[in-house]
Amino acid sequence: MSDVAERVKKIVVEHLGVEESKVTEDASFIDDLGADSLDTVELVMAFEEEFGCEIPDDAAEKIVTVKDAINFIQENT
Amino acid sequence: MFDLTGRVALVTGASGGIGGAIARALHQRGAKVALSGTRREALDSLAAEMGEGTAVLPCALDDAKAVAALPGQVSEALGGFDILVNNAGLTRDNLAMRMKDEDWDQVMAVNLTAAFRLSRAALKPLMKNRWGRIIGITSIVGVTGNPGQTNYAASKAGMIGFSKSLAGEVATRGITVNCVAPGFIETAMTDVLNDEQKERMLASIPAGRLGSPQDVAAACVYLASDEAGYMTGQTLHVNGGMAMI
Repeated sequence: MSDVAERVKKIVVEHLGVEESKVTEDASFIDDLGADSLDTVELVMAFEEEFGCEIPDDAAEKIVTVKDAINFIQENT
Repeated sequence: MFDLTGRVALVTGASGGIGGAIARALHQRGAKVALSGTRREALDSLAAEMGEGTAVLPCALDDAKAVAALPGQVSEALGGFDILVNNAGLTRDNLAMRMKDEDWDQVMAVNLTAAFRLSRAALKPLMKNRWGRIIGITSIVGVTGNPGQTNYAASKAGMIGFSKSLAGEVATRGITVNCVAPGFIETAMTDVLNDEQKERMLASIPAGRLGSPQDVAAACVYLASDEAGYMTGQTLHVNGGMAMI
């Protein structure tokens, strides 16, 4: 598992208060991890802070699963 | 009760009568206060009078970029951001049949659109804090209507609907969004009314007097406090009984 993937999963676990085993790469924040729409906004803010990148609104809307987040960050940092 | 020590507030339209009173009242309760407005000199003299724990941040509220940058400037100047008071507002009164598009547009831009943009920009630090207060200064006429003020009344009613909706969005994050609706308050904005208009207004106020900017500021201190944490999406009417809603 890459460093980015681990850091992303750590943020998701901390923010959503879910068990680490549930945070698989295919897990959808809203459908599988119980996030609401405001949680997804906050997750994006947390990713931006952790990785020092800016995630524009149109890109943020496409980040649905854990893998989507990892891919975006790997491609843009 | 109502101790604001350690909090940082931003008050727009702080060079006006009500805005200045709100800024002073929050400051007296211990908050650091950023004063925004367009009249630099008035803001400077208010800051000098209030003393330590103030910052002057002039901003043209119809400039979207300047508005978006304002919360960051507050944090930089005063070390945080907790309380936003959207107080700035202006009137361009006329009968609807005679109202020019620019009079409508300008009132909407400053009274409503700027409040939205500033709230949006402020939400980032407030969400991170898991604590925040957004207070909109609306008006009695936003609820009752007032002939000659279709633009102003619409902007103030809009602020109430905006605040209720935003309150629902961010309530789980410890952020409250409320409005204060002043009635007839003694300020430069109401000075322009003629004696006959004033007398007619006075006759409709059970308290028998005009309100003072301090009456409005007291409601803001309450809404800004920890004690008001369970109060959200509401409008506090400060009007001497002029309208009981």
